[in-house]
Amino acid sequence: MNLLSRYAECIFWMARYMERAENLARILDVHETFARDTRGATNWFSIVQLNADEKDFFSRHDRPTAEAVIHYYMFDGQNQNSLLSMLRMARENARTLRPWISTEMWTQINVFHNKLLEMSVKDVAAQNLSKVCTWIKEECQTHTGITEGTFYRDQGWYFYQMGKYIERADQTTRLLDIKYHTLLPSPAEVGSTLDVSQWTTVLRCTAGYHAFRRVYPRGMSPTTVAGFMLFNEGFPRSVVMCVRQIDGVLTRMRSRYDLRGGSAAMERVDELLAALLSRPIDAVLRDGLHEYLDWIQLQLSVVTTEIAQAFFGAQPPLAVQSQSQ
Amino acid sequence: MSVPESKPSDLLSSYNPGLYFDELFGAMDLPAEHTALIRQRLAALDFDELRRRAQDAERELYNLGITFIVYSDKDAVDRILPFDVIPRVISAPEWKHLEAGVTQRVAALNLFLHDIYHDQKILKDGVIPRDLVEGNHNFRPQMIGLDVPFNTYIHIMGTDLVRDRHGTFRVLEDNGRVPSGVSYVVENRHMMQRVFPDLMQDIGIRPVDNYGHKLLDAMMEIAPVDDPQVVLLSPGTYNSAYFEHIFLAREMGVPLVEGRDLVVDNDRVFMKTTNGLAPVHSIYRRLDDAFLDPRAFNPDSLLGVPGILEAYRKGNVALANAIGTGVADDKAVYCYVPRMIKYYLDQDPIIPNVDTRICREPDALQYTLDNLADLVVKPVGEAGGYGITIGPRASKAELEDCRAKLLADPSNYISQPVVDLSVCPTVCDDAIEPRHVDLRPFAITGKSTWVLPGGLSRVALKKGTLIVNSSQGGGSKDTWVLEGGAA
Repeated sequence: MNLLSRYAECIFWMARYMERAENLARILDVHETFARDTRGATNWFSIVQLNADEKDFFSRHDRPTAEAVIHYYMFDGQNQNSLLSMLRMARENARTLRPWISTEMWTQINVFHNKLLEMSVKDVAAQNLSKVCTWIKEECQTHTGITEGTFYRDQGWYFYQMGKYIERADQTTRLLDIKYHTLLPSPAEVGSTLDVSQWTTVLRCTAGYHAFRRVYPRGMSPTTVAGFMLFNEGFPRSVVMCVRQIDGVLTRMRSRYDLRGGSAAMERVDELLAALLSRPIDAVLRDGLHEYLDWIQLQLSVVTTEIAQAFFGAQPPLAVQSQSQ
Repeated sequence: MSVPESKPSDLLSSYNPGLYFDELFGAMDLPAEHTALIRQRLAALDFDELRRRAQDAERELYNLGITFIVYSDKDAVDRILPFDVIPRVISAPEWKHLEAGVTQRVAALNLFLHDIYHDQKILKDGVIPRDLVEGNHNFRPQMIGLDVPFNTYIHIMGTDLVRDRHGTFRVLEDNGRVPSGVSYVVENRHMMQRVFPDLMQDIGIRPVDNYGHKLLDAMMEIAPVDDPQVVLLSPGTYNSAYFEHIFLAREMGVPLVEGRDLVVDNDRVFMKTTNGLAPVHSIYRRLDDAFLDPRAFNPDSLLGVPGILEAYRKGNVALANAIGTGVADDKAVYCYVPRMIKYYLDQDPIIPNVDTRICREPDALQYTLDNLADLVVKPVGEAGGYGITIGPRASKAELEDCRAKLLADPSNYISQPVVDLSVCPTVCDDAIEPRHVDLRPFAITGKSTWVLPGGLSRVALKKGTLIVNSSQGGGSKDTWVLEGGAA
């Protein structure tokens, strides 16, 4: 059965927006924890910086208070990077895809979106944020589960996987960047109680703490945590793990469906994977983690462009999407 | 086994349809025997329980996204078509009559379309005024001399029927372009099966869920190749009937495409896929003629497919409905359908029209102006219940406004007597009350005609109103056509 280019694109972006929403919930959650730790409101500003949203944010808010930032990232429909916007775009894509996806997939996204639409910042008074973030994470995981259990395994499934893993790799680099770039401690603080607790939080937010402990039973250093999140071969959110998935999915899809396009995307992914595998974490930290994370994000963006050109047609982007992050 | 206790004042005991024909009870002198068991079960229900189940049903429709979009100034809002849980019931003999009547009408309209795009005998014989056909803005000269498979033009037909005070079904309107609403017929049934399985048990209701198969069969019959690629062409997610497009594409198991997914190359139609261009042979289009091909019709249309008319004319792709059917469902041409039936089939209409006057004819205009306060005046070009003046309910100012419009452009209007639409018990805020209903059966025609046993029963939820259109606050009911053996 043929897959319309437009559908392929919508599937890819639906997967990305759902994954992105889950990660935003994780990021908001981690910020709440940081904000509690004596640093006050400045930490709320870091999430604005992280997304390069300063200009847009200050056009509507004077100060990055907890309430303003939470509203901005949860319910502000004008903010492309808010949860509400992501869910709206995921839903729009799902709506387009309704002849293709299962009714259960559609209904869950539709109800999720409608519930979010009915919520307000009052429902998320800061002390409840963590609970709301947990709810969002669970809705996203429900989506993942329903998709796994009901999405018919044809070409569309492969585009879904590619979208999901590209987004996840990208988000892991961003989450890591919050800790290492924006919250960069002064050298004296490295290894302090606060520093270690923040690294713990980053790991907990990616549900990686226990796995990390199994690999590194003792101690916690920037090197081991960053190395774990970037290169670990068993951690489902590590960049290497995600890129391996992209590589495998793209290879299998092209051969199984005899697709002519996609060789350029394939080469890109291979190069990225090779580069990731060849660079020890010490070298990465020495040359600058932030720059390295930026480079990975750029490579993932190029892969996306290659996929779009190979499979989604040459026209300007068709699906509801925004790549501005 | 416990028999439901029948309280002295049961749910339906204070129900009073007044002077109207009632779909559940029948007329006073014609009690509806076939609904006896259904009435008994309904009467035994508790009103609060009924309301609760009705609310569950509407909640589920919303969650499932069985909605249409209403555009306001600011944004687009998803609305469900309000659903009333009390079914509208049609007996087996009644249905046999309706089925024959709809089939006859489809046959006559297809013969008419073939005739006006070929020999124009009916015009030459003076049965229908030539300018009414050729001057109609839905008449498509591009179709002249073109042969279509099985001479079928209207593959999907929706016939709007009403029932008068005496219980006689009459045709109010033909919809032969892109009739919508069939998705609600099927989804309403699914909803009833989930919410009221106890009410439906052992009633013997004819199923409606094979509509998609029948439609696909017809789409394949009319295709130019043996193993055709069928698609559904939609204007896109912003169209208010998008849910129906999804529904039909899914039921047929075919891709739902938009104009931008299709290209015409060398008079052949292709769709853009992840593996390049793939041929398309048969298109169920939910797009009006005017938007179909910017090269042939409206040049500003971004929804259509440039060059598709030529591909169609070459016979490389089938379209349903055919181009140019709008002339047959025109409200002025409607008046001539009984004569058409006589002319082509030498039969009397099985389902009569509502008595209609064509204001382009001087006598009819005079009669309409003289009796304005008693008549319904409709513009011929509008759909969705817009622009209608219902004489007995209009204010003096509204009547004068209508008179002015009639005089300014008489040929844009027809007039009809007020039909006392039949009513059906409907769940309202505090009680079960009578509300007016109509019926739109759907007929599919490839080689032959099949009529879906049922149809969309629209209900005017506002007390007293006669307009059942969804854009005007109407809702819908499940329509139960009973099997032959049912008492």
